[in-house]
Amino acid sequence: MAKQIHSDRVLEIDNIRVTFDTPDGAVEAVRGVSMHVRRGETVAVVGESGSGKSQIMMSAMGLLASNGQATGAVRYRGEDILNLPVKKLNKIRGAKISMIFQEPMTSLDPLYTIQDQLCEPLMVHGGLSRSKARARVLELLKLVQIPDPERRMKSYPYEMSGGQRQRVMIAMALANDPDLLIADEPTTALDVTIQADILHLLAELQARLGMSILFITHDLGIVEAFADRVYVMRKGQLEEEGETQQIFQAPATDYTRMLLDAEPSGQKSAPAADAEVMLSGKDVVVTFGTPGGFLRKDTQFTAVKGIDVALHREQTIGIVGESGSGKSTLGRALLQLLPSEGRVVYLGQEISGLDRAHMRPYRDGLQMVFQDPYGSLSPRMTVSEIITEGLLVHEPGLSQRERAERAAQALEDVGLEPSMRNRFPHEFSGGQRQRIAIARAVVLRPKVIVLDEPTSALDRSVQKQVIELLRRLQKEHALSYLFISHDLAVVRALSDYVMVMRDGKVVEQGLTEQVFDNPSQQYTRDLMRAAFDLREILREKLA
Amino acid sequence: MLSYALRRLLSAIPTLFIIVTAAFFMMRLAPGGPFDQERTLEATVMANLNATFGLDKPLWQQYGIYLSNLFQGDMGPSFIYRDKRVHEILAEGLPISIQLGATALILALVLGAFLGSVAALRQNTKTDFSVIAVATFGITVPNFVVAPVLSLVFAVVLSWLPAQGWGQWNQMILPVIALALPQIAVVTRLIRGSMIEALRSDHVRTARAYGLPTYMVVGKHALRAAILPAISYLGPAAAALLTGSIVVEQVFNLPGIGRYFVIGALNRDYTLVMGTVVIVAVFVVVFNLIVDLLYAVLDPRVRYD
Repeated sequence: MAKQIHSDRVLEIDNIRVTFDTPDGAVEAVRGVSMHVRRGETVAVVGESGSGKSQIMMSAMGLLASNGQATGAVRYRGEDILNLPVKKLNKIRGAKISMIFQEPMTSLDPLYTIQDQLCEPLMVHGGLSRSKARARVLELLKLVQIPDPERRMKSYPYEMSGGQRQRVMIAMALANDPDLLIADEPTTALDVTIQADILHLLAELQARLGMSILFITHDLGIVEAFADRVYVMRKGQLEEEGETQQIFQAPATDYTRMLLDAEPSGQKSAPAADAEVMLSGKDVVVTFGTPGGFLRKDTQFTAVKGIDVALHREQTIGIVGESGSGKSTLGRALLQLLPSEGRVVYLGQEISGLDRAHMRPYRDGLQMVFQDPYGSLSPRMTVSEIITEGLLVHEPGLSQRERAERAAQALEDVGLEPSMRNRFPHEFSGGQRQRIAIARAVVLRPKVIVLDEPTSALDRSVQKQVIELLRRLQKEHALSYLFISHDLAVVRALSDYVMVMRDGKVVEQGLTEQVFDNPSQQYTRDLMRAAFDLREILREKLA
Repeated sequence: MLSYALRRLLSAIPTLFIIVTAAFFMMRLAPGGPFDQERTLEATVMANLNATFGLDKPLWQQYGIYLSNLFQGDMGPSFIYRDKRVHEILAEGLPISIQLGATALILALVLGAFLGSVAALRQNTKTDFSVIAVATFGITVPNFVVAPVLSLVFAVVLSWLPAQGWGQWNQMILPVIALALPQIAVVTRLIRGSMIEALRSDHVRTARAYGLPTYMVVGKHALRAAILPAISYLGPAAAALLTGSIVVEQVFNLPGIGRYFVIGALNRDYTLVMGTVVIVAVFVVVFNLIVDLLYAVLDPRVRYD
């Protein structure tokens, strides 16, 4: 089943421009971009967030936000479909061109069953009766390898995992045998092992069904493994285009070279063996839900099942695992942000079971940085207010001037200008916001910081800067990190000790090199392969 | 879900008990009694009356008798309507009030959902602004203005509809409109807000991307999510319709239970007041349960177990 690329073009985008009307004036998101997709071809559009790659596809599909305007041409088999009236466009979208979105959690309607939603495009476009549509849905679910498809048809999206939902989206996309599948970051929100499965599924279906795929992503690892041809976008313009191999081996522009070099690098040496233990947990257990009772079902669920951990001074422990493995829960439990069982000791003092008031004196030493730099900063506070809020609680004796000095120092520490202190979070980019979140933690001169996926929402190039920053801060302030991430490349670069978690338990742990180079467990090996050998996996499975 | 409903009904019993107790004693704390009139009665007559109605017994004993009667479905004698028991009075008026309130509630939900959706789909256009203007008007202008004006215009001047009475379908139209207007306004605003959000959500984008016709995108996918906040509002709305019907019932001369609230309270008709309190409390509790169950039917993610 080798795939075939034909010379005729399924989609041609000609000098497209997308403008958004905002209160601050018109913003040009896309500035004159042309590209095409041939029949049977896989084309990747790469670029960092904000480069306009998604907006091109949104305008082609008539899905721009109401303040957006597109000019130029988008030709599907020669017919211009840009700005077509909805009724005419509806004959093409969902039938000839279909789309998969980034967010498998929210892209399906939570209030209808899988079967209901999959039947709709079949009945609308194919004119199928409900019973025929149902039969086809079952076929499709089998095609995308959903286990137990008869039962799954009647499930609601919330009853399925992210990977399964993305399979359902793919089934929906394939329902009417489209000529072109537009996939907008379809695996970004998924775990690496599931990402490999989904990409493999897409590649296999393409070879079997002969459709073209237009793949939008910021992940160059996927591009290399998956695409025939690449367009590189930057700030709304095309930076470079070419065959995948050529782009990867001989990039023509500095920007592409920078993207290719942005893989996290470096390593960390372990602290001295006699380094002081800063924070330790013994047999930590976290249980959610309520036990059963009169007319009440037991909803108890154990997320962390008895974990021991000891974090030394200047050590970075990387905690890796797929979503739902309990790694974030463990981090929060150690900081006493969640009720838990077991013994947690901070600097020789038992802190497990302390209530909020008794815990407060320890809080300045134990800080946390969260994944989402957009949601974790209050949009109504200035940067200076955000950073100094903790000082008001923990060092109430400071004068206003001293607080301002400490805030300026913290901003400098994380590489931001102190003159930015009176701005609001929304005026900053994602990377800058994450720096603000880190400044908020370091201003209290903590000893331990739990970093919960601090780089996951950032582009690779920005990620690299944040990694450098975390390294520098650790050295300057003798910090200990508990680094929680599903991104193995980042964990390898930052931590000296790794714990691999699965289903609330540690399946393997040890020094970073040892776990990465010589994993002893099959589960760890699978994780490593999915993260670092994506190309190999796809090639092997398709051969 | 069944066990949840059962649990909720069981938990309603202590709630109702507390309401009945509080209302009973608060009523007795108010100065005056059912037989105080402008001309004071002779002491022996007063004593006789009090003895007949059991008001000479200690308060806690009266409370005990009331509770045990209530438990058997007897709300006691009315002090004003001397030939009737309270539950008989309420049984006559309740069906009318319920019919009036239910019709107004359904009208409010249907019309509010429609107007709110239209406004959301035409956000920041003239259509949107005029719907919002009308809705604001509906919320701000009180019932005792709307009801007489409706009656004046449609009954007296135009003579299209009867001005008062009960029994024929066309006698229902004006009171239902007067009663529903503020609720329509509230539901419209609620739906508009949630609809705007729903139209921007990812799954509605998916429905559009798959070429579903607009009526399906809006009517099936967006509206079902947008109507949930309005459903939560139905509980308080039902209570407001039942108790807020006083003015409308007066203006259109309808024999509902609304007027007994006022008559009972003004005349210290202890049992009548207690009766209306019990009825309204039961309604609010039951309606909130219905709303919660309805919510679970509309949103499969909500599970009660």
